[in-house]
Amino acid sequence: MSNNTTKLPDGVADSIKIEVAARKKESRQLLLISIISVAIFLFLWEFAVRIGWIDSKHLSAPTTIVETFIMKLSDPNPEGGVLGTHIATSLGLVLVGYGAAVVIGVPLGLLMGYYHTFDKLVSPIFEIVRPIPPIAWIPLSIIWLGIGTTAKAFIIFLAAFVPCVINSYTGVKLTPAVYLNVAKTSGASTWEMFWTVSKNYAMPLVFTGVQVALGNAWSTLVAAEMLAAIAGLGYMIQQGRLLARPDIIIVGMLTIGVIGAILTFLLSKLENHIVKWRSRS
Amino acid sequence: MDEQRVVQVHLENISKSFVSRKTIFEAVNHVTIDVYKNEFLVLLGPGQCGKTVLLNMVSGLETPTDGKVEFLNSDSTDVGFVFQKTAVFPWKTVMENVELPLELKGVPKEERRKRAQYLIELVGLKGFENALPKQLSGGMKQRVGIARAYCNNPQVLLMDEPFGALDAQTRYQMEEEILRIWEQEKRTVIFVTNNIEEAVYLADRIIVLSKCPATVKEVYDISLPRPRDYVDPEFLRIREAIEANTDLAL
Ligand SMILES: Nc1ncnc2c1ncn2[C@@H]1O[C@H](COP(=O)(O)OP(=O)(O)OP(=O)(O)O)[C@@H](O)[C@H]1O
Ligand SMILES: [Mg+2]
Repeated sequence: MSNNTTKLPDGVADSIKIEVAARKKESRQLLLISIISVAIFLFLWEFAVRIGWIDSKHLSAPTTIVETFIMKLSDPNPEGGVLGTHIATSLGLVLVGYGAAVVIGVPLGLLMGYYHTFDKLVSPIFEIVRPIPPIAWIPLSIIWLGIGTTAKAFIIFLAAFVPCVINSYTGVKLTPAVYLNVAKTSGASTWEMFWTVSKNYAMPLVFTGVQVALGNAWSTLVAAEMLAAIAGLGYMIQQGRLLARPDIIIVGMLTIGVIGAILTFLLSKLENHIVKWRSRS
Repeated sequence: MDEQRVVQVHLENISKSFVSRKTIFEAVNHVTIDVYKNEFLVLLGPGQCGKTVLLNMVSGLETPTDGKVEFLNSDSTDVGFVFQKTAVFPWKTVMENVELPLELKGVPKEERRKRAQYLIELVGLKGFENALPKQLSGGMKQRVGIARAYCNNPQVLLMDEPFGALDAQTRYQMEEEILRIWEQEKRTVIFVTNNIEEAVYLADRIIVLSKCPATVKEVYDISLPRPRDYVDPEFLRIREAIEANTDLAL
């Protein structure tokens, strides 16, 4: 009765059922293959370290890494902070630098895209700054801001700032003239045309920029925390190197990877919520 | 038209040229037209002849290089514009799209919602108030455009090939609809098309424009009673007469 294939003739319904079942089986098999391949990889890795093919000073066994991870949840040794502290420090740094980049970069890009004069005023400077890799700013930042949190946040800011500006700018520039004309004939002022049309039209591209910026910010973190630091994930892996502890390095690296993925995921959730009007074709 | 004709919009010898680095391109050339109050005027012209430019000048989106546009017998120069390309904001719901002109005027939400609701029902979109444009068909989007054009109660409606992008079936349906809407909410309509059949079906009066630069070539009064029938002999006769007299490179 409640079967959703009841409307189909019996023969067709059966063949569809068979096909659906076959597809399910196939995807289960594919999943199994993936799991097996990862398992074999981890096993070979573990095996190679255990029997000494690989020097454990160079690469720790997977089980060791898991043990170190569990240990680092509560033990600040050997490098001086529990994992939670490192995460909090790094997150704080990224949120300040990245947050500032979004809050300043997006409106700046939007307005540059909309107001021609403003564009001509700002873009020469922007074009010069834009191709300089964020890491190249480290020496100057140290001279200007020392080696504290501010300097690190500043470098992260620079890394995130450029894509925020460029994408917002492009989004506004691409606004179709007909949309602007609709607003104009509906009685909108220049500012209202920006606010009701261009800003909204640009939103999907703004989010692309904000996503790229997040990636940049997070990956610049390690470089920024290689400036003198007493905590942070970048600091953690740096110390791992000095202490010759590959397990610490790898725990730090994996944490950076996982948190980066989580942040990207959260941002894309927000994006889907804000630009849910976008038609995907 | 039986009643005395009152001029609502007067186009006085308007021309428009676009100047680029080296060349001057004439799009509209010395056009003089009187548009009468509450008439359904159709401007019929070949593709790329300057029809959109002409409407843009009436709406104030562009200023004529020469001549002037005058609104007579009304203190408002507000126009409602239905655009050639579907121009419904994809990030706004049907309701938000329709109420936009009133929102921009600062009309309180409750009041503008009431007006928008009336118009949404008028154009046959009841039940779609909160739909996003991506959920609508092409014809429904143009209905939104029509409702929005009516929203701040302009005396003049400009329609730039509003059904040009629709399939034939939907197009016939929308032609019927636009007349129903116009009968119910009488306004002065300037409707642009390159389709003779559409022109004869809709118009009180047809002004045929020449190839670029647009000039007025011919004026036809269409006094066929409505609803008109595409295959009525009289309809076909008028249609053929216009066809024989005009060169619409379609
Ligand atoms: N802003 C502009 N600058 C330069 N040329 C323009 C501009 N706007 C329109 N034109 C030119 O004027 C001519 C007439 O354009 P218009 O859009 O009015 O034609 P149309 O009759 O509406 O055509 P269609 O049937 O395709 O809608 C075209 O050749 C176009 O390239
Ligand atoms: Mg046109």
